Amino acid sequence: MALSTEPRPGAVVAPAPPTGRPLRHRLAERGVDRGLLLLLPAAVCTVGLFVYPFLYGVSISFQPLRGGGALTNYTDFLADAYQRDSILKTLRLAVPVAAVSVAAATPLAFQLRRDFRGRGAITLVLMLPITFGSVLVAQGMARVFSPYGWLNLLLSDLGLGTHQLIYNYWGTLIAAVLTSLPFSFLLLMGFFGGIERSLEDAAATLGAGRATRFWRIVLPLALPGIVSAFTLALVEAFAIFPSAILVGQPDNATHVLTLPIYQAASQRSDYPAAAAIAVVMTVLELAILGLLQFARSRLYRGAAAGGKG
Amino acid sequence: MSAADGATHTADLTVTTTPAPWVARTSQRPGRETFTALRMQQVSRWYGKSPALLDLDLELRRGEFVALLGPSGCGKSTALACLAGLQPLTTGTIWRDEERIDVLPPERRGFGMVFQNYALFPHLSVQRNVEFGLRMRKVGRPDRERRAREALALVQLTEHAAKLPSQLSGGQQQRVAIARALAVDPDVVLMDEPLSNLDAALRVEMRTEIKRLYQERDLSVLYVTHDQEEALSLATRLVVLRSGRLEQTGTPEEVYTHPASAYVASFMGYRNLFPAQLGRVSGDARRASVEVTALGTTLTGTWRSPGDPVPGTSVSVAVRPEDVVVGASPSGPSAPDALAAVAEVVEYHGRELAVRARTAAGLVLHLKTDRPVVAGTRLALSVPPERVLVYADSPTAGSPAADAPIAAEVSRGAEH
Amino acid sequence: MTTTTPTQSLGTHGRTPQRRARTGRRPTLTAVITYAATAAFALVVLSVLGSVVVESFASSWRSGWWPRSGTTSWYGEAWRTSGVSQALVTTFEVGIAVVVIALLAGVPAGWVLARKAFPGRSVVLIVLLLPIILPQITYATQLAAMMYRIGLGGTLTAVVLVNIVPALPLVVLITIPFVEQVNPAVEDAARVFGAGTWQLFSRVLVPLLLPGVAAAGILTLVRVLGSFELTFFVSSADTQTLVVAIFGALSNPGGVAAGLVAAMTVYYMLVAVLGLAVSLRFANPVTAVSRHR
Repeated sequence: MALSTEPRPGAVVAPAPPTGRPLRHRLAERGVDRGLLLLLPAAVCTVGLFVYPFLYGVSISFQPLRGGGALTNYTDFLADAYQRDSILKTLRLAVPVAAVSVAAATPLAFQLRRDFRGRGAITLVLMLPITFGSVLVAQGMARVFSPYGWLNLLLSDLGLGTHQLIYNYWGTLIAAVLTSLPFSFLLLMGFFGGIERSLEDAAATLGAGRATRFWRIVLPLALPGIVSAFTLALVEAFAIFPSAILVGQPDNATHVLTLPIYQAASQRSDYPAAAAIAVVMTVLELAILGLLQFARSRLYRGAAAGGKG
Repeated sequence: MSAADGATHTADLTVTTTPAPWVARTSQRPGRETFTALRMQQVSRWYGKSPALLDLDLELRRGEFVALLGPSGCGKSTALACLAGLQPLTTGTIWRDEERIDVLPPERRGFGMVFQNYALFPHLSVQRNVEFGLRMRKVGRPDRERRAREALALVQLTEHAAKLPSQLSGGQQQRVAIARALAVDPDVVLMDEPLSNLDAALRVEMRTEIKRLYQERDLSVLYVTHDQEEALSLATRLVVLRSGRLEQTGTPEEVYTHPASAYVASFMGYRNLFPAQLGRVSGDARRASVEVTALGTTLTGTWRSPGDPVPGTSVSVAVRPEDVVVGASPSGPSAPDALAAVAEVVEYHGRELAVRARTAAGLVLHLKTDRPVVAGTRLALSVPPERVLVYADSPTAGSPAADAPIAAEVSRGAEH
Repeated sequence: MTTTTPTQSLGTHGRTPQRRARTGRRPTLTAVITYAATAAFALVVLSVLGSVVVESFASSWRSGWWPRSGTTSWYGEAWRTSGVSQALVTTFEVGIAVVVIALLAGVPAGWVLARKAFPGRSVVLIVLLLPIILPQITYATQLAAMMYRIGLGGTLTAVVLVNIVPALPLVVLITIPFVEQVNPAVEDAARVFGAGTWQLFSRVLVPLLLPGVAAAGILTLVRVLGSFELTFFVSSADTQTLVVAIFGALSNPGGVAAGLVAAMTVYYMLVAVLGLAVSLRFANPVTAVSRHR
């Protein structure tokens, strides 16, 4: 029943808002009132301790310590193949870490999404790496993954030979996955658990078996969440630092972007150079984040257009 | 088969042999012609230490519209979930004709189900939602689309086929849920309070729709609700549950006119429900005429509980507001004297007035009348004895009358 | 197919027969694999962490499954010599100070962002959340440089200040869904009945938000305890947190005895486990983490 939107002849025109209202009212209509003052402490902290130093860092990145043009720090960094490769090495580490974490966490989180006995215990164990942090994880890995460590002892006892899983790319990868997977798992468990039980029940009454229910109902609905989890895991993996030094190959395979920053700042006290590399890293990460957000919004729009059944 | 007097249906446990294994396995989609009856036998469902269903015997025959009625927590939704296979039984069996189906997972039971919150797949269009069950049954694409379109036409939603559930209103979503359940042409349609999330006007509309579909398509329906009006208007048979047990089953008219207990009466609109003392008993054991006294007021009523009335015991009395007569007693000189009461609150209900009246002794009665009653005036009330239903207070279930809201008014009145 | 005979297992009082669910579902293959994988992962985590504990009790452990001999002397030595006691105190001081400040600033900010729509809200939100989106290293060095420039380099104040930067967004992020959970009509009702802003907060909002505030506070504490990069660049020998001290020992080319470092780490583990236990008492990690964006 469509209503006609044209006013009938002789109908009254809608009244206009009165003029001359005080500024306070006009501001309040747009949401600006005294309540916003509550934002002040947080704003002060953020601006003073983050925005200002960050902008300061960006500005000094254009003032190289040893003279030269404004972009010297950047060109020095990007011209040096060894340094430039750290971008690639960061991606080579971060993307697989995020992918493995999410890929492994998804089936686990799906299976364990409903309450069951022992869920608390499992959650507790999974919280441990997150709580203790990467330094501790890296430290403990030495005993387990080193050539004479527990894992290799077990493997050689089983006749599977020994493997170099530490002080190389794999060491850092394993350390990163150990802290990243639990976080992804908890996040995904929340997403999967958030899908209404009645949807799966409805699918079951319509004849869908367990596998069908997962592939046709649960997974499509969880996909935005999975992308979110991947994004978060990627962000965390970008920041790998202590484990790259402790259980990786900081000079070679795991010479990730964080290391040149550390070396420039602590070892050479060249803060401008460190700032320049930090800017490069920021730009890289924001670019990737932007890409992922775009992909995610496309996913939503795809689903919103009544996509595939 | 309910007994003529509307007493509680007793189970007949005759089938105890288990069918051959191959029968259960091949029951993917039995044709509707072969289905005669669905039976739950002695079904119990325990959650830890508390029972949601206790030794429930329920039967649904082909062509029936059975409404499961009761307040929240009485087990009706659990019964439906057990029937659909969404919850496991603790004890008992479920049969479709000679085949035992409680061992089947829900995807092999072949029912159609409409959920309370619709449970439409949010990422699929309306058309694909309705097609889903057909796709699961591997129906070919042209047939699938045709049948889905027919189902949507049944609920008058054809022009919304390409939309997503989030773009539809509540009533439209409910209709999609119904179309989805009907598209697969099931033997039995299970409905779990499908109308409770709709506003009042829409609920009445949809009720008529559901009844129309039931009649047009010759369905068999098991319908769960807490709304007695819905149950009465839709069902061919009512089943009233109480704390997981069957309390009464019968046609709507039977249950409405002759509730088997005060609990069922409280559900059927017997708004006057109060405790009383049993006085004189006359007549035979069945349909004994008894005198009951509450707050000094004596009424003559009819004994409705199975056992024998014992004078001096406490009982529950149920009277429908519609049965209270304003004015002189209709039954002649042998009827008891009319009760003197004062009208306290008068509500205008269009065709009639709803009046709350209080006797001098403090007994509160709700009544409906088309006489012009004004608040504050004196009334002479009477009730034909056969419409004063008297029930025993059972020792296990206690006195339902004592829990009824009106009991609070009665005791408040007693203070005056 | 499955004609299960009823198995009578005695219920707690023997009165009600509790039978197993009779839909006849054995765990599927994927379920078995899942549980096995989860168990394997848990095993790896526990062995990684456990090895440190074992190491702390080993007098020398070259290779093999177990150390050849045990000792408890590492703990005493760690306490006395490597500044563990100092680091512990520092860690607690920093943790509590950061949590208090982050809560005081973050909870009201979270309330404003959750309730009020004002021009520029999304910008404010993004800027507020940037510190936890970007890796800490990208701003740690500049922040440290600034601290040194204003003369706070190496002090406890500096450590507290730098740790506020990632703590604040975390508090805001956790507070927002908790505020959204509170029905705004409740605030309206309070105002109708005469509550001013202070009373609104103290009598209505804070009690309702207490679980959220507790969750935020404790999760922040746990994060601060393990926080590394930021502290690393501003702390000095006597203002370092435990994690930084451990990293220093581990990356020390002169080689600190493994058992000594392990003992230091066990001290840290105890503190962290304490924080975790307290946090699990007050907040459900799944919900807190799943609200994390």
